[in-house]
Amino acid sequence: MNEKRQELNRNLAQMLKGGVIMDVTTPEQAKIAEAAGACAVMALERIPADIRAAGGVSRMSDPKMVKGIQEAVSIPVMAKCRIGHVAEAQILQAIEIDYIDESEVLSPADNVYHIDKTKFDVPFVCGAKNLGEALRRISEGATMIRTKGEPGTGDVVQAVTHMRQIQKEMRNLTATSEDELFEAAKQLQVPYELVKFVHDNGKLPVVNFAAGGVATPADAALMMQLGAEGVFVGSGIFKSGNPAKRAAAIVKAVTNYNDPKMLAELSCDLGEAMVGINEQEIKLLMAERGK
Amino acid sequence: MKIGVLALQGAFIEHERILNKIGVDSFEIRNIKDWSREKDGLIIPGGESTTQFKLLNELELLEPIKNDIESGLPVFGTCAGLILLAKTVENEDFDRISTMDINVCRNAYGRQLGSFYTEDMFAGNKIPMTFIRAPYIKGVGKDVEVLSNVDNHIVAARERNQLVTSFHPELNESTFVHEYFINMVTNKK
Repeated sequence: MNEKRQELNRNLAQMLKGGVIMDVTTPEQAKIAEAAGACAVMALERIPADIRAAGGVSRMSDPKMVKGIQEAVSIPVMAKCRIGHVAEAQILQAIEIDYIDESEVLSPADNVYHIDKTKFDVPFVCGAKNLGEALRRISEGATMIRTKGEPGTGDVVQAVTHMRQIQKEMRNLTATSEDELFEAAKQLQVPYELVKFVHDNGKLPVVNFAAGGVATPADAALMMQLGAEGVFVGSGIFKSGNPAKRAAAIVKAVTNYNDPKMLAELSCDLGEAMVGINEQEIKLLMAERGK
Repeated sequence: MKIGVLALQGAFIEHERILNKIGVDSFEIRNIKDWSREKDGLIIPGGESTTQFKLLNELELLEPIKNDIESGLPVFGTCAGLILLAKTVENEDFDRISTMDINVCRNAYGRQLGSFYTEDMFAGNKIPMTFIRAPYIKGVGKDVEVLSNVDNHIVAARERNQLVTSFHPELNESTFVHEYFINMVTNKK
């Protein structure tokens, strides 16, 4: 991937900012998401809550199903491949996906290596639960980062933990003196240039979204207040009582995340939220995949 | 001078950064209260036009913005902003802000793999141009001045108080297009 392509891929993520990216499993759901104001959709066969329930190995979705969703909507379409699964990523690039999520939600294909994303023309988003993970993914070529959170739980606590962790480590780096940045790079296990960028700018060189457990407009607003530049909502929408209404409310909450009066209105009469699973109740910690 | 930047979704901070660089004050518009503030011009940023359109409607901003543009408020739309301002969009039969006499083709260069960077002429000056899943203009009305052509497609145009580009001047370091817009605002005063 040449430098210009990398820049263009970072630029697409910039266009998604202030928006909500929604998990969808059918063209019909994709249309509901688009009509509700999603800035992109994530096409996958099973949403994380169902992946969790089904157990077993979960893989890239059927490309035919992804294509069906590409044809149904005009907004960008993303899809997930397994961590380290170069061939799945190549397949998604071949169908001209707009963004690949190299995702811990699926079963990892490689216990050591992530995909060398610099070899691809399509952009990648990757999960991170701390600054080291985020910067390692960026050095591998990711052009967008999201918190891992804990997908499919409807419990926002892990997304909050990861966002706070990343923000805190960035604040610490900005206060670190220049001659200590080399050691910081060693500690973080990331290239010096990326550490220097964060030190100078106080932010990642790519867009950073929240993901993993967002279920309500208030959750989305919370993540934005903590510094997310946009929000992924997976199971939270189509596992709820009134997906269209909830989706639209979350979209508005992300735009007006600092307006409690509007958030109060948006939170009314949304019907049943997805049934949550508490952190202590889950057996499989997806966030521990791929570090 | 103060420019309002529509901040419903997309790359609005990038516009604020360029305005700041050329010494122009700006503020964000997220709701009707923000809209009522005094302003000399409006910028509609890149992002997803479907998302922004939906939010314009639901936050009851669409009509007030349309009315003010029709009464002469200078407006600058990039990418999604261009789509929102176009009177007609290919294969789509509904109104958006629809104040500018242009016909637009959405996602005209295809998906993200079709996104590209080039340098070309805008109003007689060579500038950097970044196209992200960009639209282009297929046809223009008689009062519309074409400001830029790339590969025989119209990618920038002006009609009186309205300026549009299908590329993103806010993503590059050149401030030329923003200065062009600020000139439009100044000369209107």
